[in-house]
Amino acid sequence: MLILTCPYCGVAADETELAPGGEAHLTRAGVESSDEDFEAYLFQRKNPKGVHFERWRHANGCGKWFHAARCTVTNEVFGTYPAQTLEPPKEILDEIVARRPGWTLETGP
Amino acid sequence: MRYSAFQIVRQALRGHQGWPRAWGEATAKPRYDAIVIGAGGHGLATAYYLGRNHGVRNVAILEKGWLGGGNTGRNTTIIRSNYLQDPSAAIYEKSRSLYETLSQELNYNIMFSPRGVMMLAQTEHEVRGYRRTAHANALQEVQTEFITPERVKELCPIIETRGPRYPVLGALWQARGGTARHDAVAWGYARGCAEMGMDVIQQCEVTGIRSANGKVKGVTTTKGEIDCDKLAIVVAGHSGVLAEMAGFRLPIESLALQALVSEPIKPCMDVVVMANTVHGYMSQSDKGEMVIGGGADGYNNYTQRGSFHHIEETVRALIETFPMISRLKMLRMWGGIVDMTGDRSPIISKTPMENVFINCGWGTGGFKAIPGSGWATAEMVAKGAPGALAAEFGLDRFREGRFIDESVAAGVAH
Repeated sequence: MLILTCPYCGVAADETELAPGGEAHLTRAGVESSDEDFEAYLFQRKNPKGVHFERWRHANGCGKWFHAARCTVTNEVFGTYPAQTLEPPKEILDEIVARRPGWTLETGP
Repeated sequence: MRYSAFQIVRQALRGHQGWPRAWGEATAKPRYDAIVIGAGGHGLATAYYLGRNHGVRNVAILEKGWLGGGNTGRNTTIIRSNYLQDPSAAIYEKSRSLYETLSQELNYNIMFSPRGVMMLAQTEHEVRGYRRTAHANALQEVQTEFITPERVKELCPIIETRGPRYPVLGALWQARGGTARHDAVAWGYARGCAEMGMDVIQQCEVTGIRSANGKVKGVTTTKGEIDCDKLAIVVAGHSGVLAEMAGFRLPIESLALQALVSEPIKPCMDVVVMANTVHGYMSQSDKGEMVIGGGADGYNNYTQRGSFHHIEETVRALIETFPMISRLKMLRMWGGIVDMTGDRSPIISKTPMENVFINCGWGTGGFKAIPGSGWATAEMVAKGAPGALAAEFGLDRFREGRFIDESVAAGVAH
């Protein structure tokens, strides 16, 4: 079973205690954006086979949203971090590179 | 060789030494008119109808693993077409009607069994939803009806219709739905393709897509480079990976969906029962195993395994609906990677790269669509633009907000 540690309350929570929230760090497209940007924001997803940054909510716990870095092939968790950030923190990126040599953060949409 | 009763007798008298291989071991030629990536049901059906309906026979079907080893070999083999929206009803009904004669068409027994599919209504909302679907189906000329709990009990005596948590309030019944042998569908199409001179190349993973001036030139594979005029990507769960090679993104997320089978028991149910409220569905295979489909994971993954608690939830709910299965031992469980779109409807579309076509997004319900999906995709690849069956399933529907929102494709029960 997938176990993520909530960065707020510190509980190592089973996936039954958590609610998945999809891809993290999406840039919100507002009313002023182009159709392409709005479509990308609403529907297009990275869906990587490998390292994935995603949102979770500690639904049956403290109730807060947080972020996790996880491998979608092995379900290996590289770390969790609070939601108040626009990009993954350096220690998470370092941890991923340590375990997945040669991995680089994909930037852009 | 054409299979027939005469051949069975003839080969039996010769000690079964004369049967030829159903499809040969192929090595890739340097160039094809069309390449289909993915030798699952949809990919093979696409290639088959390209040859049969459109005369495009210089075709290769590339498969990274083995033939039909992905979701084609991992589903619960349910065939139905009781969808709400017109475009879905059209393509799924086309598919179901092709299944009816597919054994004759392919000269290969796919064991299509139109035993009837019943979708239980276990809440008042489902009753209203399925009544609406039955009315919509009547207009679409798809034969379904909403039946009473008494009729449910008559058709499937092992159902407990008066359970405390999930009473059966009625059901949407499609008498002409049923099941088929999933491997045989892939094998039958592969044999049909090979007979037309197409190359089914297994253990050949596509690692790159080559293009010039926005137009596809060919693919790079683990068995070398192969050129092609047209390319069809038909790879279900890994669509996103292939789309990235072609330089575009898809409105798709990949999840693991699970199924399991019990030990074989004597015949006890001769219909397919789906219970969407509790995310479970069950039928009995010809071997006697109870085939049970479970829920999908909530988060992206390519594990082909899935979370254990989904199995627990499915089985817990099914035991209340079918009390007699509570002592059954489960033999096997497995997962497949399904590609889910936002509106739970598939994508059959041209792509930003010229002469590259994609068929994906069938989510949790692709098996029932194999013949119709192949038919529509072949038409699109041959003519360069989608025909009537596929027109509504283009990638542009997300930008334009033209969703095909499927209430009965609840994202789980297929």
